[in-house]
Amino acid sequence: MKIKEYLINVKSGKTSAVKTTKSILNEIKKINKDYHYFNNITENLALELAEKADKNPRGKLAGLPVSIKDDICVKGVETTCSSNILRGYKPIFNATVVKRLIDEGAVIIGKTNQDAFGFGSFNINTDYEIPKNPYDKTRVTGGSSGGAAGFTALTEFPHVAIGESTGGSIAAPCSFCGVQGLTPTYGAVSRYGLIDYSNSLDKLGVISKNIEDLEIVFGVIRGHDLRDSTSLNKELSKENSVKKIGLIKETLGIDPKIRDIVLKKLDESGIKYEKISLPLASKYSLASYYIIAMSEASTNLNKYCGMRYGQEEKLNLPYNEYFSETRTKYFNKETKRRIILGTFARMAGYRDAFYLKAMKVRTLIIEEYKAAFKKYDLLVSPTMPIVAPKFSEVDKLSPVENYMMDVMTVGPNLAGLPHLSLNAGNFNKMPVGIMFIGNHLDEKKLLNIGKKYGI
Amino acid sequence: MRIDKKILQDVVNNARIRLNKEEEEELLGQLNDVLKIFSRLSEANTDKIEPSFQPIEVKNVFRQDVVKPCKEDVLANIKNKEDGYFKGPKAL
Repeated sequence: MKIKEYLINVKSGKTSAVKTTKSILNEIKKINKDYHYFNNITENLALELAEKADKNPRGKLAGLPVSIKDDICVKGVETTCSSNILRGYKPIFNATVVKRLIDEGAVIIGKTNQDAFGFGSFNINTDYEIPKNPYDKTRVTGGSSGGAAGFTALTEFPHVAIGESTGGSIAAPCSFCGVQGLTPTYGAVSRYGLIDYSNSLDKLGVISKNIEDLEIVFGVIRGHDLRDSTSLNKELSKENSVKKIGLIKETLGIDPKIRDIVLKKLDESGIKYEKISLPLASKYSLASYYIIAMSEASTNLNKYCGMRYGQEEKLNLPYNEYFSETRTKYFNKETKRRIILGTFARMAGYRDAFYLKAMKVRTLIIEEYKAAFKKYDLLVSPTMPIVAPKFSEVDKLSPVENYMMDVMTVGPNLAGLPHLSLNAGNFNKMPVGIMFIGNHLDEKKLLNIGKKYGI
Repeated sequence: MRIDKKILQDVVNNARIRLNKEEEEELLGQLNDVLKIFSRLSEANTDKIEPSFQPIEVKNVFRQDVVKPCKEDVLANIKNKEDGYFKGPKAL
């Protein structure tokens, strides 16, 4: 059921938010045993919010079940980013996004599984049980917002998920799970209360079954926030017409069967398109992205040292050993790998060659995209080069091969460009995603194209 | 450029992470593979190009530096505390 209809029914008293919430909580408990989409089911909070919605259904989202990715703070609810180092951490405040949702009557149903701190493309780097693809349990959900996308695909109840993307963490799992995901312009949604991965890249967004649901929730969470110094104090562009699309040539060298599903979907739009080359973004995005992301992550994760919050050790250890002990014990392999690479890229002697160079290359990539948007309303590419792989296939991948999977999504993320991944069809019964990319603040064009497809 | 054992040890010491011998061997290979990808950037001509520390221009936001009482219990998430302060390991 589309949420618009559900929200009208809650408002008129025809549908009970409490009853719907109880049903969706039961469903989560049942499917979580197999699929592991939720790290934490917030039953008490959900029922309390649902009761409030039934009594006073005035908010824009009164009674709507919403799941929250586990890197977003919910007051009093264990929030771990799927990392053991944050087990037991209960934030003493709500993220702005969560506050805005609750203020409009939404019902927070739980915290969704992810790669620890967002470090991954398959959601296999979680310290919880690994979530499974809703279409095939032997395959990954994609990451890092894997729990959010997987549950959105599986549930038939009204529900929208809040996800977060640094380099493709909304688009990738949406592509693999066959749902729709909007990663907004950098700064369009407040990051206050998001547990940082990479400050110059992180963006909160929405995952849903259809565009109408997505638009309603995006309308509630977006907008300027004084508590986030990087929050944009600008309105979205009003223009929503899409007349000409640029198809990124360099993203088409994938399995022809997957490519053809994407091209067929593009044809269906009836909008004029032509191939365009983005040589700099194609060649340098991956390296520039990973250097910036890992560098910023390595400084952000310095705060996990066994003090103030998260796991702690006995204080009888020598000063430096205390911190090393906590971090070595509770960070997983991928987290350590990224901290080490990021620390290296920022160290004296290497900083100019890596970190600073990556920032300069980002300027070139942004300029290349901006030039393309002078000619085209939107750009388009496949979301991922493959369909969701099997766990046995992912196990064989080296770290470099893992990072290469993000080749389509890192470009727009690096440039802070809004992008929308839509389900384009299936290949061997597994979903394939098509990704539209807009200029900064051009979300209305993206939503418009989604609606054109009737998704 | 290659990351050798000496560099790796410097990095992990800075990052306050310990590796055993096995992890060190495994990581050295992996890190150098990643470094090869990173090193592609050296081919990009960035003469006279300013770095983009943010993808969109962001201006500093200032507010008055006014002391307000802390309403939340900032010590709620930790066992190591004393007299209203966080407690850490001995520095000396």
